[in-house]
Amino acid sequence: MKFNNLFRFSVLFRFLLISSLLILLLLISSSVFGQDKPVVSDTLNYDSIITASKPLPPVDIQVKDEPGDAGGAINISWKPSPDEKNGKVKEYLILRSKSKSGPFKEAGNTTVGVTSYTDNKADIGVGFYYKVASLNFDKENGNYLWKSMGESEIYGPVKSTAQWFNVKRLNIFIGIIILCAAIIYFIFAAKSGKSFYIRKIAGIEEVENAVGRATEMGRAIYYIPGINDMDDVQTLASMTILGRVATFAAENDTRIDVPVSRSLVMVTAKEMVREAYSKVGRPDSFHEDQVRYITDDQFGYAAAIDGLFVREKPATIFMIGAFFAESLIIAETGNSIGAIQIAGTAMPAQLPFFVAACDYTLIGEELFAASAYLSREPKLLGSLKGQDFGKAVFLIAIIIGVILESFGIPFSKYFMAH
Amino acid sequence: MKRNEVITVGLLVFLVFILKFIIPKPVQLSYTVSMITIILLGLVFVYILIRTLQGRLIGRRVVFLLVGISLSLPFFMKLTLNIPVSPEVRSVYDALQKLPPGSKVLASFDYDPPSAPELQPMAVAFMKYAFDHGLKVIIMGLWPQGPQQADQAIQSAFKAEPSLKKKIKYGRDYVNLGFQAGNEFVILRMGESFKAMFPSDLNNTPYDSIPLLNNVSNFSNLDFCMNFSAGKPGTAEWVQIAVDRFKLPVAAGNTAVQAPMVYPYLNSHQLVGLLGGMSGGAAFEKLTKKPGKATTYILSQSFAHTVIVIFIIIGNIAYFSRKKENK
Amino acid sequence: MKREIPVAITFIVGTAYLIAYFIPHKPFNYFENWFNDWFAVIAAFAIWLGVLNLIKISTIKIFQKKPDWPYSVLIIISFVIIVFFGFYEGYKGLYAHPSYSFRDPGTSFDWLYVNVYTPLSATMFALLAFFVASASYRAFRARNFEATLLLLAAFFVMLGRVPVGDILTSWLPHQYQLSQWANWIMNVPNTAGQRAIMIGIALGLVSTSLRIILGLERSYLGND
Repeated sequence: MKFNNLFRFSVLFRFLLISSLLILLLLISSSVFGQDKPVVSDTLNYDSIITASKPLPPVDIQVKDEPGDAGGAINISWKPSPDEKNGKVKEYLILRSKSKSGPFKEAGNTTVGVTSYTDNKADIGVGFYYKVASLNFDKENGNYLWKSMGESEIYGPVKSTAQWFNVKRLNIFIGIIILCAAIIYFIFAAKSGKSFYIRKIAGIEEVENAVGRATEMGRAIYYIPGINDMDDVQTLASMTILGRVATFAAENDTRIDVPVSRSLVMVTAKEMVREAYSKVGRPDSFHEDQVRYITDDQFGYAAAIDGLFVREKPATIFMIGAFFAESLIIAETGNSIGAIQIAGTAMPAQLPFFVAACDYTLIGEELFAASAYLSREPKLLGSLKGQDFGKAVFLIAIIIGVILESFGIPFSKYFMAH
Repeated sequence: MKRNEVITVGLLVFLVFILKFIIPKPVQLSYTVSMITIILLGLVFVYILIRTLQGRLIGRRVVFLLVGISLSLPFFMKLTLNIPVSPEVRSVYDALQKLPPGSKVLASFDYDPPSAPELQPMAVAFMKYAFDHGLKVIIMGLWPQGPQQADQAIQSAFKAEPSLKKKIKYGRDYVNLGFQAGNEFVILRMGESFKAMFPSDLNNTPYDSIPLLNNVSNFSNLDFCMNFSAGKPGTAEWVQIAVDRFKLPVAAGNTAVQAPMVYPYLNSHQLVGLLGGMSGGAAFEKLTKKPGKATTYILSQSFAHTVIVIFIIIGNIAYFSRKKENK
Repeated sequence: MKREIPVAITFIVGTAYLIAYFIPHKPFNYFENWFNDWFAVIAAFAIWLGVLNLIKISTIKIFQKKPDWPYSVLIIISFVIIVFFGFYEGYKGLYAHPSYSFRDPGTSFDWLYVNVYTPLSATMFALLAFFVASASYRAFRARNFEATLLLLAAFFVMLGRVPVGDILTSWLPHQYQLSQWANWIMNVPNTAGQRAIMIGIALGLVSTSLRIILGLERSYLGND
């Protein structure tokens, strides 16, 4: 009997000892790996969290070919998951497969709050099936502790195709057609002999006087064509005006200097000035160094121009083209030497500086009108009239849009925006 | 005149020498001394006004000198001003507040060193906010020096808050993709594929090897874009392409000269918000509760604006008094 | 043919660009990228034209001792220094382990960029502050109604955009303080004006571009 009791006692004692050691080990491990981490094993503990945290999938999913593209893009949009408000959704996953039975792979993801995704890796003509899943998870140091996904139904198949016309740009297409038709109509009207009234533009009217001033004072004219390259329409417009100004200068045998900021502009400007001198019968008066390259750098160019102004003191300065922050630096220096300055730019941010510092300023579209104005060629004047017609059409469209919006009819906003 | 110019330049060089080598620490004027200095400056303007009324107009050199003094004096003063927060700055802050940690933000640095005094402070404030709130920043530039400015902004952020340097890791929390030529066409092609435009980052690490860029193939994978711009290519191109075509939410930080041009995009809600010039940067620093260089510089700007307004008033007084005399 | 070929090229490329904007289908979607790449290549090669022109004119000026020839010496010296260090660091970096670019921090080129070019650029930009002051002093006079409006707008925006404006008007209710006036001016009249100017510029751009594409405006090729 005694032996049996002792045996039972030792078994009980051993059981208690081993259990205590186990519990101690687990307590130590929980304190080493953080109090927040569950004590029980990952899989076992997270299953209940995953189950409890599984979010509802998003609703009203629409999958369609991206309109107005060259193919290869499918647009997936949805309404937020009902669980988004409870904070149970952290991301949306877009899953894609070529067959309905899968396997579905992740095509992309978006954060909560975003309700559309464009899959730009869809092969053209291949049908794809999509699912959108709400994802809930917890992360530590960039690694997932657990994640729980609520997947939607399968949508598809949807094939991406290339379109021949970008319907989203229909409004612009209509506007371009109206404008171009008006310009071409008025060009033909001008060619057939119809005369058009063009209002006076003070800056352009003064060009001849400004050149004459330089001639009387025996000093040079400086023409600054801006700092953009020949791919900018402002620079092109500046070159056409340069041709006219150079002709006036050549007629008066006044030196015109054109320091430029771009190599291609230098080549074009040299041709313009050389042709101007040849046209008036003074080819020998043209010197190669009249048109010279300074630097591509914005402020290096401004510094060089300032130095040239202060040392050579030109009587007339033209600043016509695209300018940026250096506009006021150049204009103020020109003003300080007492030169007459005619400026023109289509950069709205620089217009106030030119207006403050220059004698005459061509504002925006007046720069593009200057070449037509100076040449008085019928077809160029006709295009100005067409431009004005286009402006009238847009003005009426704006007024109609304002009235419609005021009465809560969003048609015009929809038409312009989509 | 040449002799006077030489003397002026000599005096300036002497002043720089004194400030740099003789005075050991930056001088800080106390509040009382600052107020006295401001009053003295005011008396100078009163003197100029009296001279103007007497018909003795001041030259542009005096204007330049006083503007220079008004810009540099505040650096030595211990003054604080209550910075007004405009609605467009608040919109940027509110939009950033809504982004949860882990959101991917594209930061486009489209400016160069000349614009850095105006844009760098707001860039630094943005980087501090982003790192503090766990936003993942993908940096790129449409201007060649943009990515270098971004690096400098990050270093400034780390210098101001050393704790950030310890927790932020390159490749995981931010990446610098560098500069790509092509202006607005870069934005267009990024709408299809980032990797096509940036096959590797600034350190020539392949795109696919960068953890932050896993699952980032184009704009659809981004949550926000912050554009710092000083001209073209810049905010207008981001709005016209990234916003209009790819529906990416974009906010902008612009120089004060460019900001007025961008307001049409703001009012049509194509831009989420705008940090305009130094005042926008200072307001953003106020909202993020991390005062930086913009908060310091806005004092100089305030002084300079006040001086210019005083000169405008003096100029108009002179104009009207001469008009009256001629009558 | 000297004039006809460039006009034909202009017409073809201009029309192709226009079509590519509306037709996304192949091959039109490639036009934009092709033409821009070609322009970038042409512009890159063309830089040499400008650089050679600059060196040629500067050298002639030095040898002929024309007025201000010392500045030409400065141009040549600066050019040589930058090119030398660019090539030197580029060559060194190519064969270094690990390799580095001539633009990387720590190189001589980067030192020149950070310590010479950057301060010079920033200085030129900083001149704007002084020029704005002198331009404002000279130009903002209440000569007539429009000039007075301009003056008042400048007054409100300049003071309203900095804290001084609110300090001066702190005794007024918040909605009447200078910063609110400045915000209103920027959001309403400024935006309206900017939009109008942008619409006008866009129309002018379309008209000029159409004239160039159709060959009506050919003066950029040399006077007729």
